[in-house]
Amino acid sequence: MPEIRNYTLNFGPQHPAAHGVLRLVLEMDGEVIERADPHIGLLHRATEKLAESKPYNHSIPYMDRFDYVSMMCNEHGYVMAVEKLLGVEVPERALYIRTMYDEITRLLNHLMWLGTHALDVGAMTMFLYTFREREDLLDCYEAVSGARMHAAYYRVGGVYRDLPDDMPKYENNKFRSDAEIAKKNEVRQGSLLDFIEDFTNRFPGLVDEYETLLTDNRIWKQRTVGIGVVSPERALQLGFSGAMLRGSGIAWDLRKKQPYAAYRKMDFDIPIGHNGDCYDRYLVRIEEMRQSNRIIRQCVDWLKRHPGPVIVSDHKVAPPNRVDMKEGMEGLIHHFKLFTEGYCTPPGEVYAAVEAPKGEFGCYIISDGANKPYRMKIRAPGFAHLSAMDEMVKGHMLADVVAVIGTMDIVFGEVDR
Amino acid sequence: MNVLRDYIKSLFLLELMRGLALTGRYLFKKKFTVQYPEEKAPISPRFRGLHAQRRYASGEERCIACKLCEATCPALAITIEAEPRADGSRRTTRYDIDLFKCIFCGYCQESCPVDAIVETRLYEYHFENREDAIMTKEKLLAMGDKFEQQLAADIAAQSQYR
Repeated sequence: MPEIRNYTLNFGPQHPAAHGVLRLVLEMDGEVIERADPHIGLLHRATEKLAESKPYNHSIPYMDRFDYVSMMCNEHGYVMAVEKLLGVEVPERALYIRTMYDEITRLLNHLMWLGTHALDVGAMTMFLYTFREREDLLDCYEAVSGARMHAAYYRVGGVYRDLPDDMPKYENNKFRSDAEIAKKNEVRQGSLLDFIEDFTNRFPGLVDEYETLLTDNRIWKQRTVGIGVVSPERALQLGFSGAMLRGSGIAWDLRKKQPYAAYRKMDFDIPIGHNGDCYDRYLVRIEEMRQSNRIIRQCVDWLKRHPGPVIVSDHKVAPPNRVDMKEGMEGLIHHFKLFTEGYCTPPGEVYAAVEAPKGEFGCYIISDGANKPYRMKIRAPGFAHLSAMDEMVKGHMLADVVAVIGTMDIVFGEVDR
Repeated sequence: MNVLRDYIKSLFLLELMRGLALTGRYLFKKKFTVQYPEEKAPISPRFRGLHAQRRYASGEERCIACKLCEATCPALAITIEAEPRADGSRRTTRYDIDLFKCIFCGYCQESCPVDAIVETRLYEYHFENREDAIMTKEKLLAMGDKFEQQLAADIAAQSQYR
């Protein structure tokens, strides 16, 4: 019998299931993986270094581009770190808006994850259905910030603008009857909050639909049950966070353990898995979507009843409103100072972390008292997860690598930074 | 008994049938998709599209070359040169936005004290060569003239929030 040797397979960076620019060098014995070696850095943009040369506020739009499917959570992590450094007290309404948009972001991310994960594993319909819901949520993003993805909405000391009182509407056109357009615009008649409330009413039913398609599906189960098992001890050692950790059965969620924004006042549960395989992580994320829906609804209720300022009135940190700026000398000076020089923070170092959809997104800033950070470090959850790639796929088949990449929910913006 | 039930369930592909029934229902429902180039998704008045420079009703350009947008641009995409004009007023002689650098964060619009530089609702544009990616002062003013009505309406609608 001839000797069969291991061979090396290059997976990515252009492989459609590589979620961007992952390059895996796989050492294989037949179709079984012996060693997986992720090569990263293809999307490295030196954002951390760039932040050292920019006033604090200028880095906020760059935060969106870390994990580019959970934009506002990244901003939240950064903004919280700077607020901690400055000792700014954020108005309560802004905290609720942030909580609501963090959860909308979580839905956006999990829908994207569910669609692409299912597509990788072979269920095409999921992708179409989840992107339909993403469209509504991206409309919420656009209504509030003016961009569908890279929002740049959070500011140090609050958020940029209050939630709009009306939603943009579809215009009549020759492809649809006016009645049909009117029906589409029905949910857009009220404010943004009404639109979101309508979404939260519809969403649990839609999650049921996803579950009908996947949860009991035998193909889905064959592809995910028992794949990429991580024991709870090992998950802790590897520095996992988010659904990767909870899927292994450890109830760790920063929203509960170190509450920030308005999470202390929210009523929600943390789902955990038992076996730590791809299927359990899928179930955890599905349940997280339901819990996010609950949180969004609580936020909508609160926000409807409590108008108020959404950004601090300290004009050393946040710019005055347009009228004050145009009519008052002091406002104009503050405006010019803020947009040119920014603000100086006291020297020191801070770490602030949020429970981003993928796990713990942390921002560590060292300040030497200037208007820009001396050093900024981002703790991206995806990096720790990707480091476990070798361990998770060892002994599995080549096709399971795709399922494991999917379950890790890797986005290269944050891994390569 | 459970074993028997599970066996029957799996034999008759029950869970797959349920999934197919769901997708089948959607097959006969109204399509959700938008017929893009002709029909468009709604756009918020806060939308941050291609840039424009506005004029006052008198036809005078608004920009006073304070260079606040240049200073606040995180991507350093804006280049401004300014000189006093013949009538003594301070205006820009050069106002370039490099669209390759621009990250469409909206900080220029946010910082502008005279609402001169704004971002329009236009998101469909292309370049055929590299020079076209530089929005010069002429191009920006032309954009502003073209969309003035919409821009004024959007800014008026947003004035209560900023």
